[in-house]
Amino acid sequence: MVHPFLFLQFLRDILAPILFPAAAKAGGEALKTAHTSVDTITYTWLVMAILIILSILTTKGLKNMPGGLQNFMEVIVGGIEKTVEDTMGKHGLPFFPLIATLFLFILFSNLISLIPGFYPPTGNLNTTAALAVIVFTTTHVVGVKEHGFSYVKHFLGPVWWLAWMIFFIEIIGHLSRVLSLSLRLFGNIGGHEIVIMVFFALVPLFAPLIMTVLGLLVCIIQSIVFMMLAMMYIQGAVEEAH
Amino acid sequence: MDFLSACVIAAGLAMGLGAIGPGIGGGNAVGGAVEGVSRNPGASGKILTTMMIGFAMIESIAIYALVIALIILYANPYKEAGLRALEHIAK
Repeated sequence: MVHPFLFLQFLRDILAPILFPAAAKAGGEALKTAHTSVDTITYTWLVMAILIILSILTTKGLKNMPGGLQNFMEVIVGGIEKTVEDTMGKHGLPFFPLIATLFLFILFSNLISLIPGFYPPTGNLNTTAALAVIVFTTTHVVGVKEHGFSYVKHFLGPVWWLAWMIFFIEIIGHLSRVLSLSLRLFGNIGGHEIVIMVFFALVPLFAPLIMTVLGLLVCIIQSIVFMMLAMMYIQGAVEEAH
Repeated sequence: MDFLSACVIAAGLAMGLGAIGPGIGGGNAVGGAVEGVSRNPGASGKILTTMMIGFAMIESIAIYALVIALIILYANPYKEAGLRALEHIAK
């Protein structure tokens, strides 16, 4: 995807030779790919900065009678906490920081794509694959921590004489979770970017607005879906094999 | 037909055919959800959440088709071989 203009594109010339020296030397197509990667990195930093500054501003002057920003953030964090508790029960609360971080990061990364001149980090397969790998690793670490060696039972199915076949199917199923999580988020946000771009090329006035409204919906729903699926996968590893 | 126009047609077909199944599935899901809400409006919150998750699952199949179409268009692994074959034919 070639963006005509990005606010942080001045960082390309500074960062590309440092992070991708081979591509910077080669130029041409390789340099373009390197520029896309640099854009992803810089906008990931931007989202991180937004989230960190927002958290610091909110927690700097905590009051008993919340007003303004604190009230708003309490509603968001409280809502996520309630969702975690509803989906995973009481023993899901230790995972609340991870789930909330994933949700807020994905939500902000998705939403900045609606502002012209901003590149969504989740519109790049590398970011979404990294997030999916985090969820995958957490799932299995939690499973082994919870059940020890008997975590293998999760992969063996209900009857012993089919276990050898179920095992391979389960392995493929667990690996495809990474694929589906990353491709779903990337496809939605990247597809939205492409649709906006095509509409903008065809009818620059007003027509992209309709897709932007739809995009707002997609951005919010996809971050909720990612959060929900992460919770369900962790929940599946925590509970007993059946 | 030359290689590039075959790629474009394949991408269009992949997206179009890939959208049929998710369309039917999504319609079924929404129909079931509406029926459930009309029978028991009190459970609308829970039904909405479940429908959203299921809908995202259904929709992801269309998204896979989209990703395949994008791969065919932008990152075709057989681009080099296809273009070389074209040159060969042109000679």
